Order: sequence, then structure tokens, then C-alpha cells
Amino acid sequence: MAEPKVKYDRQLRIWGEQGQAALEKASICLLNCGPTGSETLKNLVLGGVGSITVVDGSKVEEGDLGNNFMVDEASVGQSKAKCVCAFLQELNDAVKAKFIEEHPKELIETNPSFFSQFTLVIATQLVEDSMVKLDRICREANVILLFARSYGLMGLVRISVKEHTVIESKPDHFLDDLRLNNPWPELRRFAETIDLNTADAVVHKHTPYIIILVKLAEEWANTHGGNLPSTREEKRQLKDLIKSKMITADEENYKEAVEASYKLFSPQGTGPNLQKIIDDSCTEVDSSSSDFWVMVAALKEFIANEGGGETPLEGSIPDMTSSTELYINLQKTYQAKAEADFLVMEQKVRNLLKKIGRDPASISKANIKSFCKNARKLAVCRYRLIEDEFNSPVQPELQKYLTDEDYGTLQEANSLKVLPENTAVGLYILLRAADRFAANYNKFPGQFDGEMDEDISRLKTTAVGLLNDLGCNGSALSEDLINEMCRYGASELHAVAAFVGGVASQEVIKLITRQFIPMSGTFIFNGIDHKSQLLLL
Amino acid sequence: MADSTSQSRSRDLDKLLLRPGNLVGPTFEAGTELRDDLKEYVRVLVIGAGGLGCELLKDLAFSGFRNLEVIDMDRIEVTNLNRQFLFRLEDVGKPKAEVAAKKVMERVNGVDIKPHFCRIEDKPISFYSDFQIIVLGLDSVEARSYINSVACGFLEYDSDDNPREETIKPMVDGGTEGFKGHARIIMPGVTPCFECTIWLFPPQVKFPLCTLAETPRTAAHCIEYAHLIKWDEVHSGKTFDPDDPEHMQWVYSEAVKRAELFGIPGVTYSLTQGVVKNIIPAIASTNAIISAACALETLKLVSGCSKTLSNYLTYNGVEGLHTKVTEFVRDKECLVCGPGVLIELEASVTLKKFIGLLEDHPKLLLTRVSVTYRGKNLYMQAPPVLEEMTRSNLDLPLFELMSKSPRDIVHVTGAAGKGDTKQSCSRKLRVVFKGIDGVTDMDMAGGA
Repeated sequence: MAEPKVKYDRQLRIWGEQGQAALEKASICLLNCGPTGSETLKNLVLGGVGSITVVDGSKVEEGDLGNNFMVDEASVGQSKAKCVCAFLQELNDAVKAKFIEEHPKELIETNPSFFSQFTLVIATQLVEDSMVKLDRICREANVILLFARSYGLMGLVRISVKEHTVIESKPDHFLDDLRLNNPWPELRRFAETIDLNTADAVVHKHTPYIIILVKLAEEWANTHGGNLPSTREEKRQLKDLIKSKMITADEENYKEAVEASYKLFSPQGTGPNLQKIIDDSCTEVDSSSSDFWVMVAALKEFIANEGGGETPLEGSIPDMTSSTELYINLQKTYQAKAEADFLVMEQKVRNLLKKIGRDPASISKANIKSFCKNARKLAVCRYRLIEDEFNSPVQPELQKYLTDEDYGTLQEANSLKVLPENTAVGLYILLRAADRFAANYNKFPGQFDGEMDEDISRLKTTAVGLLNDLGCNGSALSEDLINEMCRYGASELHAVAAFVGGVASQEVIKLITRQFIPMSGTFIFNGIDHKSQLLLL
Repeated sequence: MADSTSQSRSRDLDKLLLRPGNLVGPTFEAGTELRDDLKEYVRVLVIGAGGLGCELLKDLAFSGFRNLEVIDMDRIEVTNLNRQFLFRLEDVGKPKAEVAAKKVMERVNGVDIKPHFCRIEDKPISFYSDFQIIVLGLDSVEARSYINSVACGFLEYDSDDNPREETIKPMVDGGTEGFKGHARIIMPGVTPCFECTIWLFPPQVKFPLCTLAETPRTAAHCIEYAHLIKWDEVHSGKTFDPDDPEHMQWVYSEAVKRAELFGIPGVTYSLTQGVVKNIIPAIASTNAIISAACALETLKLVSGCSKTLSNYLTYNGVEGLHTKVTEFVRDKECLVCGPGVLIELEASVTLKKFIGLLEDHPKLLLTRVSVTYRGKNLYMQAPPVLEEMTRSNLDLPLFELMSKSPRDIVHVTGAAGKGDTKQSCSRKLRVVFKGIDGVTDMDMAGGA
């Protein structure tokens, strides 16, 4: 067996050992192991999830050999779940793999308690009726659910869980927490020990830009009634002030100060995303509150009191031109403030835990520290029940997608608004119409050759009925797209399944590691021209 | 009516290939003939058998293609196993291309995959012209740039400077980094080539040497000091090999010493490897997404069975899920996919002098130049046998070597750029001989 640290090196660099440990603890259930399901699971088994359970009641057919890598010639006639499971096990012997030869649709009907044993359920290729039932079961049992579906050149991915909270959202671009326009006393004192007008050229060009900006912002404020620049002209003048302090034109630290001067003007305090979280009613904590919300409640108190409107300091600084000594000392100044803020926060968390009747030590120091470091980047994701989305989609959003002219020009025909030939929302409506069609006629539109013309007109009627039910009777779908949907005939193309499975597995990893932010809404893959879309219904 | 195709292994793909549609490419003709043509006549080259390559071979094998070839110079490593699903622990050390080809052929009946365990530069240019389409699953800008220049080298323009359709060699390119990736279509002469949009790949920032030597501040600075400065000081003449664990261990322990000296936290063995080898994090899911998009576009480009991506897709799963299609435009002045750099010469210029001119040409700056004209090697730098065979051409006038053609296309390969940024490339030149036009026209008229 390979050393896991080496084998997983390229992903440990993304989600670290904590993320990996979460994956290795997770138990995942897959419903239906056609190409969409088996490709999703393949990506997770390679990454080292703890255990998988493959549920599928069908036998391998000749047709499966043309789209599923996990079955082969010798599998024909055998249980598909068994064959797929055996191949997946071969990919990673650290994963516990098992299979259940049963039809997911029946399992959902007859054994709802089955699902409560899993961390997460991946339901592939389910039709609307089963989706709705499974969603209720998983919501009740507090199991994370993810739907994935491939249909011709289109696909759908949808997460369903009541609430998913993220501390380590690890955004790509986020403003450094430097407090340049609001330095705390120690940072101000540190800056005071440094003289920008020093005659020593070596010292001058090795003064970090943080110090330059803190000092010059103060200098500016002293001559402008205590205010920082606010107009474009004033900002330009401040840049000129920075430039005027340069001794030679090649001083990198001053160039960096000019470039970073915008950081002086970033708004103080909490941003709108964090504000929304702080204002959430979940901050009124009780014994049933999650660790996350207990810490948010502590954060709310901190911001209102000790923080003076600010979150705990993050405590790290970016690399910048500087002497080693000044940089290290500056780094220590930031770390010391972060540590002090953390201690205040820790006390608040412990007090709150006590107040709600929990063990004050029940949230670890490391977790509180991580929470403080990421306080500005917290995320809360909530998902509607799929039943609610299906029965009463968010009307303004739906109307917006139906009239979105970004994706083509609307044609007016017979006073109906006809959608452009090819839109994500059109595909979404037609996929749902195809499920209604299947419920009525016991086959998918275009599933069989020779019944195309009839199916096209029936699918159109079904789609019109669905649009009416959704309160969109002013809209119509293009004939070309209806025709296209029938052409697909419920085929599960390997490349589409691999794409949809890739998206699904990436979302599963985010959900299990509790790192990065999972997608919101319903993702519609548009394999025609890749103009895919997230629908927030 | 019974579903005649339900028990065929092309059950699903048949829906797309045998049925007509309205949202399809202009050349699409649904039917069994199309399906058979994909099987029999279409040859696809996959470049790279790594994270993207493994997925691409599987996806293409299931997309109706039967004749695939794959080229990769690497051997399998343990760190590949978290995503390159065709490889097992017992395959470590074997050539990626060979194992990947074998594994896919074992599981997908009827597909033929020919592996090439070599560098992309080792293949003659003519090798690349044999394929209908080239799919790139690479992780380096240099390799992409090379293949792009080769594919664009096949492109010919007519007298109105419009690309000749039959000379267009389409490429589909994918790339990933962590939760992000891109897929794009390159139709040389029609959509922007890799070089037209080279700015999408900004050069890697390097630390100034004086920072490493005098004012280190981060763990990475300490590592690069050990790697770039200390190594050479101590091991005079011995080249650092990033794949030698002893070398890496040495750099790590030197970096630790330096970090302690300056009070800098954070040097770990893992970070040392990351910095020295410039490791890009990679995961199975993103590779699967990008490869699938590339394979799907390959199928659509070749068969016309749907519309195609126009022309650049980005995928970002870091914060939620964002996909975006951008229609980039060609750089009309592009050296690589444009009609070619115009070189005006006196008829007396020898091949040797011509090669010398390319070295100084401000747009080209080419060294170690090999020259071909209409598929004939005029001068080859390597291998030695060919060099010797073509050496005598150096003192002949280029005009004679080009059969006294007054104007024509010459292909050259060599190293472009200066100093340590040199890289292999291929360029197309439009050579025009001064004052020859009229005479030759008359000669041609006489000979007709």
C-alpha cells in the first residue's frame, strides 16, 4: 500500500490533512450506477472517501458497455452494482466498498430508514417523483443529498440539505486584513518607531509598505481634519504624497505602497455577507445550536464590544519588500493582536456554551482559532426542498430566466414569448416535462425509434401544461429545443455523464471537507454550447 | 415497434449520431454512415497521458472514436494515483502512455490506442499531420505552445489571405488547477490560436535573487535560497535533480537552517517540494470535468452532431460554481497562425545566410534553425545523420533550393526567445525574392 501522504499529495495541498480526515470518515451511498453514478463515485474513491455503498437493481446489458467504463464484456447479465463496486474497489484499497442489488425507487418506497446511516447520498438518474420522496427522507434524517442527472446533451446537479456552514471557505481573492486605515495601538506604536525620512538609503528602501501607508495615512489625516482621502482627486494626491517620499525611482517598497494604497480605502468593519450571517436568527443560541452558530453568536458580541465594529484580526500579512527584521517584527505585531482577539473570543465562546448548558470545553481551541482567522469569510448555504422548488419556484427568478436576453434574442410568435432556441432554463423545463411524460406514457420522449413525431407533439403539450402550472403561461419553448429533447431519448452519453459526475463529485468534496463554498441552486449543464447556468429556484 | 438499437453498445450515442436535429453543426448528416466513418477513418491524437489524458482516452473511446494515439514522455509516479485512474500502485515506474493505452483497450472493446513514449519534439512534424484532430491534456505552457505552432504550421492561406479549409488542423485544449479549469477549441486561422491569447498564461513570478540572498522573509524564500544559490555553491558542477529524494532532502534541511537563522516560520518538506517543483495541486473531479468537456467538443467538431463551444470555457468551483464561455478573437498579427512572417530576400542569399537572418529578425529571434520546404528537408540540426546529409545545402542559394519559386512558404523550427526563456517552436515564413516576379511569370507562361 502506498504511503497515503505521498499518494494524496496533490490534493492535500488543497484541503489539507483535516479535509482528508473528513473524507476518510465519510460514508457515501450511490443510487444507480450508470455512467453518471459510477463516474461520480470514481472521483471520490480515488480521493480516498471512507466507505461507499452502491445501490442498483439492474443487470449489465450490452448497451451499458458503450457508456460505462466500470463494466466489461464479462459483466453482461450480472448485477451492475456488483460489477461497478468491484472496479471501484480496485481503484483504492483503502476504501470500504459494498453493493446492494436493489432498485433505488423501491428502496425509497419501502425502506426510508436505510438512508440515515450515511453521511451523504448521491442520487443519480432519478425521476421527479423519486427525487421528491428521497429528499423528504434525507431532510428528515439530516443526511446531505445530492442529485445528478445526465440526459442527452444536458445535465442537472442539485444539492439538498437544510443548512451547510463553512468556516474555511478559502476564497481565491480576498482583501488582506491589514487595518491600515484603522491601526490598533500596537501597530501605531510600531510605526512610530520608524522614520520615513531616514538618511540611511538601505533602511529607506527596506521599510515595508504597511508602515509607509499607516504613517502617511496619519500624516494626511492630520492635515485634513482627521479624514482619509475620499474623492478620486484626494486619492491621487495621497499617491503623490507617497511618491514624494521616494529617494530614488527604483524603491520597490514605495512602488508597492502606491499600488496597495487602495487598501487604505477599503470600508471598515463587517461586509454585507458577514452582516447577514450576524443578523441571522440562529445567533440566538440554545442547547440545540451547532458549534458554528455558537461561535457566530460570540463573534457578534465581539464585534459589538471589544472589536469596535471589527472582526478578530486574521493575523497574517502578505509578502512585501522589507528587511527581514522589520518584516518579522511586523508579522509578530499582527500575530500578537490576532492571538489577543482569539483569547477574547475563546472566553466568549466558553461563556456562551456554559449559558446554553453545554460543556464549556466542547469546542476545541483549534476550531475557535480557525473560526477567528476566517471570521470575514464565513458562509452559510441553505437549500429549499426540491418539492418546493418544483411546485412553487421563486417567481421573480423564474421570470428573469425566461426573459433573459443574454442568451439570445426572444422571438415574439402568436403573442407568446418564445424562448431562444437554446437556454438552460428551457432545458430545465423540458427535463421536468420529460419526467411527466414518462409518468404518463411509461417511456421517455424519443426513447424508441419510429415514435418521434408523436412524442414531439406530446412533449410539447406536456411542457405547455408544466409552464402553466408554474404560472408562466405567457412563455413557450422553441420547437427546435423540444425536438432536440426528443432526439436525446433519455440517452446517457458517457462524456456528459463524466462532466456531470465530475461536477457532482467536486460538490461532494466541498460538502464533506466543509471547505470552499458549494454551489447554490440548480445547476443546468448545457452540452450544446456550454452556456450552462445556475438557476436559483 | 421493437427498439432495434437498445441492445447495441452504441445504444446511447446512436441517439445523437443517427437522428437528425436542428441545433447541429452545418455539416451534420445523421446516419449509420457517420457512425461508421468515426470508427473507421477518424484518427485522434491525445497529447499527455496524465490527469487529463487518462480521462480523455476513456471519454473519446466512448464517443465513437476507434483510432486513438497518445503521446507522453513521463513515467507513472505514486502522486499520480489520486486522480490518474488508469494507474495502480504496481504500475509505478512504467511509461504512462503505454499503461493508459493498454488499460482502455482492455475495457473498451474494439478501440485501438497506439502509445508513444517520447517527447512531443521527438516526433517529426509529419506525424502530427496524420490526425483529424489533436486533443491536448497538458500542464505546461511550453508544450501547448509547441503543439500549437506545429498545428498552425499546417495552415495555408489562399491569395486573399483566407485560410484554406482543408489545411485547418483543429485542436481542443484543456487545463486544470485545483478546483478550476478551462477547455477551449482552436481552429487555426478561424478562432484564436494559443499564441493569440498567450496573455491568458502570465509568466510565473520569480523571486529577485537579492531577496533570497539578503532579505528573506518567507519560507519560500529560504527554500529557493537553498535550491538556487546554496546548491551551486556546495555542489560545484552537479546539477540539482528535483526527482532525486536525496537532493530534495538536502535542499529542505538547508532551508530549515536558513529559516532558523532569520526566525522565519513555515518551512516543511511538503512546501519545499511544492516550491522547488512548482507543484500545481490537482484532483480527480476537475480533471474529469475538463476532459469531458474536451471530449464532447471533439465529438461535436468532428461529427457536427451539435453546436460547438465558441470558443473558451472556464470552470471555477472555489466559491460556488461558475462557468463562463468567452468568445476570444484572433490576433491578426499573430506570428503563429497568421499568414506567416514576410521575409524579403535577394535571390543570391544562401541558406546559411538565411538561417543567420532569422537569428537577428526582431519578430523571430530563432536559433538552432532547421528548414523545410514543401516537405523536403533543406537543413536539419539533428539527428547527426540528417545534419550531415543536408549540410552541403548551406552554401547554396535559397532561391535555387526553392526551385526558383519567386514566393513561397518555408517552414522553420528552432529555439525562440533569449537567455533561459528559450523554447522549441515552429514558424511559417513567407519568403519573397526581390526583383524575380516578372521574370518567373514569363518563364511560367512559356512553360505552360
